[in-house]
Amino acid sequence: MNPHDHRPGDPHSLHPPGVEERSSDRPSGVPLIELANVSYRYGSSPALDNVSLKIWPGQFMAIVGPNGGGKTTLLRAILGMVEVTQGKILIKGKEPQRSASNRIGYVPQLETIDWNFPITVEEIIAMGFFVEHRWFRGIGEKERRKLHEIMERLHLDGLGSRHIRELSGGQQQAAFIGRALLGDPELILLDEPASGLDIRSRDDVIHFLHEINHQKVAVVLTSHDLNWVAAHLPWAVCLKHRLIAEGRPNEIFNAAVLKEVYSGDLVVFRQDGMVMIGERPHAPHD
Amino acid sequence: MSILIPFDYEFFRNGFIAAVIIGALCGFIGVFVVLRRMSYIGHGLSHAIFGGAVLSYVLKINFFIGAGVWALLAGGLIHLISHRRWVGADAAIGVVTTSSFALGVAIISTHRTFTRNIEAALFGNILGITPTDLWIVVITSLIVFCALLLIRRQLLFSTFDPEVASAYGVSTGKIDLIFVTLLAITVLASTQILGVTLVAAAIVIPPVIARYLTRGFHRLLILSPVIGALCGAAGMCLSFYFDISSAATIVLTSTALFVALEVGLWIGRLGHRR
Repeated sequence: MNPHDHRPGDPHSLHPPGVEERSSDRPSGVPLIELANVSYRYGSSPALDNVSLKIWPGQFMAIVGPNGGGKTTLLRAILGMVEVTQGKILIKGKEPQRSASNRIGYVPQLETIDWNFPITVEEIIAMGFFVEHRWFRGIGEKERRKLHEIMERLHLDGLGSRHIRELSGGQQQAAFIGRALLGDPELILLDEPASGLDIRSRDDVIHFLHEINHQKVAVVLTSHDLNWVAAHLPWAVCLKHRLIAEGRPNEIFNAAVLKEVYSGDLVVFRQDGMVMIGERPHAPHD
Repeated sequence: MSILIPFDYEFFRNGFIAAVIIGALCGFIGVFVVLRRMSYIGHGLSHAIFGGAVLSYVLKINFFIGAGVWALLAGGLIHLISHRRWVGADAAIGVVTTSSFALGVAIISTHRTFTRNIEAALFGNILGITPTDLWIVVITSLIVFCALLLIRRQLLFSTFDPEVASAYGVSTGKIDLIFVTLLAITVLASTQILGVTLVAAAIVIPPVIARYLTRGFHRLLILSPVIGALCGAAGMCLSFYFDISSAATIVLTSTALFVALEVGLWIGRLGHRR
């Protein structure tokens, strides 16, 4: 299914509920990112197998799949952190330049962060200036204004001097999103932004991401939570080394696709246009 | 007795200036050493330099040239070995530095003229520092300070979040190599002052103390060298009045500050519970 096909008023259109659709969001001729028959192997085991995928400007997409299914590798390949063994990745139709100049923001898994590192919220976000100010140039008035604007957008104003550990899970994620936003990216990649967060924090994160996407920044995230994806994201990709399915979550999250992706039976409920996925309980032993 | 009496002596003035500069330099680079969990490398590099110090003494070449080349080689080797996937950085440091130290000991055992120079390399000779040594310390420190300031953004990014740093275009491998080289130069400059056995303490203790006082990185980068310089100054004065080894007093001063902070916090926590 192509993202061109979204219908106005569809609860799973390219836009979150309540956000007005913008004609400029419709995919133009050149995708932001194009993966053509991309393969990558870790030693003898395949991480990505002949994956072809297009990410359009302003798109909001989730990549779901099992552990070790290649989700993070796919993000790393787009960022140029791994060299694909086969196929090619084009950024706006061209071979990628230095990764820093590609205007792609990246938010890693929070689990990888050293929470004892002595660093404040403002210092983390200011790391995003690195792309433009590599050497001696300090942070001037213009940069400081931009920093505070982003903090305000992410509801972090007043928290700049706090240690990152003192924030809630949602605010911590917002700080790392802020760092990615500072480079004015056209695309933000997030590795499991909802992982380990409580319901309130996950709600905050998806709210930030919708806001960012509304400002025409494409958002691609990985997630293990199919229900969260189905409830909030207009587009999903099911990946298990190879691309199994791509489309609106309420259309591609069905028993057959999920069985192929997760190699197990999952229960799929549909109610009022919403799809919900549950685990099938094991039969009790006598 | 005036507190300024020791400054009447040139040897003390030279030693004092060197202790303050080296204290600040070790405190500055120490921030990155501690945050990168490389505390062992400072200890290891100083031991590796011992091999170079002994060799330069035996070959009758300048300490800074002989031990300097040795330190850079050791730093490069550690970097190379630790980037092999199956060898950790700690193991790489262990292999390179203990081998180098052993080489120094082996050379000493064949040249039985164990002199003050080797003793100075082991335990420091801050009061014997010559004006030329002092200039070398000043220039070396300036170079390392400037280089660290120049790459501070890359260093912070690659220390805090190496994966994302590389995604943003930081050449983390190159930055690691530059950092190890700067550390080797710092250890080399400090060895003449503090001795092989005490350099690591000057690198590690000031940033650890500073971490008690701030939660922010940039404040840490200011506080740690200030603490290092103050401990250097206080240690020098105390060593004069109590007539004990200057290098040991500098380290013990910073240790006393660390213990005082820890005890203060412990008492504070105790009071808070009540």
